[in-house]
Amino acid sequence: MTTTPRPAFRGVNPWLTLLLVVIAALFAFPMLWFLLSSFKPGSELFSLPLTLFPENWTTSGYVTAWTRFDFWRYFANTGIVALITTTLTVLVSAMTGYAFAKYKAWWLQVFFVCILVTTMLPTEVIMPSTFAVIRDLGLYNTLAGIIVPSILTATGVFMFRQYFRTVPDELLEAARIDGVGEIRAFFEIMLPIARPIAIVLGIFSFQWRWNDYIWPLIVLNDPNKYTLQIALRSIVGADNIDWSVLLSASVISLIPMVILFIVFQRQIMSADMNSGLKD
Amino acid sequence: MLFVVFFLGPGLLGLYYSFTDYTGVGDPTFTGLTNYEKLFGDEQFYSSIGRTVLYTVFAVPAHYVVALGISLLLVSAATRFRTAARVLFFLPWLISPIVTGVIWRWIFGENFGLVNYVITVLNLPRQQWETNGDLALAVVILASTWSGTAFTMLLFIAALRNIPKSYLEAAQIDGASAAQRFFRITLPLLRPTSFMVILLGTLGAMKEFAMVQALNGGGPGTENMLIVQYIYQTGFERAQIGYASAVSMVLMVILIVIAVVQMRFDRREDLS
Repeated sequence: MTTTPRPAFRGVNPWLTLLLVVIAALFAFPMLWFLLSSFKPGSELFSLPLTLFPENWTTSGYVTAWTRFDFWRYFANTGIVALITTTLTVLVSAMTGYAFAKYKAWWLQVFFVCILVTTMLPTEVIMPSTFAVIRDLGLYNTLAGIIVPSILTATGVFMFRQYFRTVPDELLEAARIDGVGEIRAFFEIMLPIARPIAIVLGIFSFQWRWNDYIWPLIVLNDPNKYTLQIALRSIVGADNIDWSVLLSASVISLIPMVILFIVFQRQIMSADMNSGLKD
Repeated sequence: MLFVVFFLGPGLLGLYYSFTDYTGVGDPTFTGLTNYEKLFGDEQFYSSIGRTVLYTVFAVPAHYVVALGISLLLVSAATRFRTAARVLFFLPWLISPIVTGVIWRWIFGENFGLVNYVITVLNLPRQQWETNGDLALAVVILASTWSGTAFTMLLFIAALRNIPKSYLEAAQIDGASAAQRFFRITLPLLRPTSFMVILLGTLGAMKEFAMVQALNGGGPGTENMLIVQYIYQTGFERAQIGYASAVSMVLMVILIVIAVVQMRFDRREDLS
């Protein structure tokens, strides 16, 4: 496909651009339709002919959703879980990855293989037994019950391991000669070096936890401890779905992730996740 | 060295989980192989395994082709609006599986959805997106492709950027067509990424749960109940934890087999 070269758009292929725009529009449309529908009054949602834009813009769905559901509580619960888990995940992954990258011992190798295996076996697969463990530890119906099983992620460990391998050993040796202890060397030298990885993992981990569904569903049973996703599910699961409320509530639940994305857009879009999993 | 010991804790816990799996915790009385015998005579089990496999077989290639196609367009110098498009394609990543399910349920609602409305306007017969099991599964595949593209796209874009431009330029000078360049240079160089995408995609598809819950709850009826939902239902709604553990074990074996087969496949290609 060659086109007549025009000076302003040299090298730009209009057909490929059109294709890209069409696909992008197809991707955007469900979100747009959903968002616009949430501003329609309940009577307009199902009245034919359907229109793209609401005839009467209204936020009544939002008001109802906000008053009927204790969103602050759900936000708080989800936020606590996501933040604590993310912090611990980053810290644990950094330490574990560091150990795999810088220390040699046969049992470390064994341990590493164990972690490899866990990538193959998602928590969903062993959930009945993990649930039994959670219950026996007395974590049933607590937020800690969601946090603890989610801390260790193989992806995070891999990312840090690969990264720390590229850090020269001399740096660590120099620190040792200067009499810096192993733990201090880790926290004061290695962790700051690995900041980019920590940020990327932190963002991804936060997203995983914010949108997590199956663990909270299993572990929590007190509505006061519900996370956002479980609360939403309780609206969808009803026999008669109140679409007006559901649409608005869903949009509200997305707001924090959108903010996170706007703040960290640069880091997310340039994240080279391959580095964590490529050997 | 000291702090490593701290992490034997979670490690051992993980190991402990796997051991409890084998003995089937939750049911203190030892029942031997009863669960497995019951399992292999259970039609619902076969049906959900079958549906899960069917879903995976369609969803993974769809996912792969769409994400790779979009990534190629996004790294190609011949397109415009790339930055805006990239952000747009990435947005579904922010949306949780539950909300994804809700969005698509809203669009494909049988009596009120946009798609059936457009079909009616075009004077075509309305489709049974909710009551026909196969169509319902198609909607699930569509929705999962839509939501899964973002992350896969990030992987592909990073990998495509790592391909030295000089290779492609040299091929172009030698007269290779765009298709030849793609199939002879780009695709082989993407192999490690492709392998990872397919492996992660397969594992992800095998454990699909949340999105389907919100989209159609595995309906109509239990026709599209996938395997994780089956585990959830037997283990937590009917409280047959021992039985659900047996299902888990079968799923685990399947996943291990898939992973091993794919790794073998990957290695063999390496040798040739």
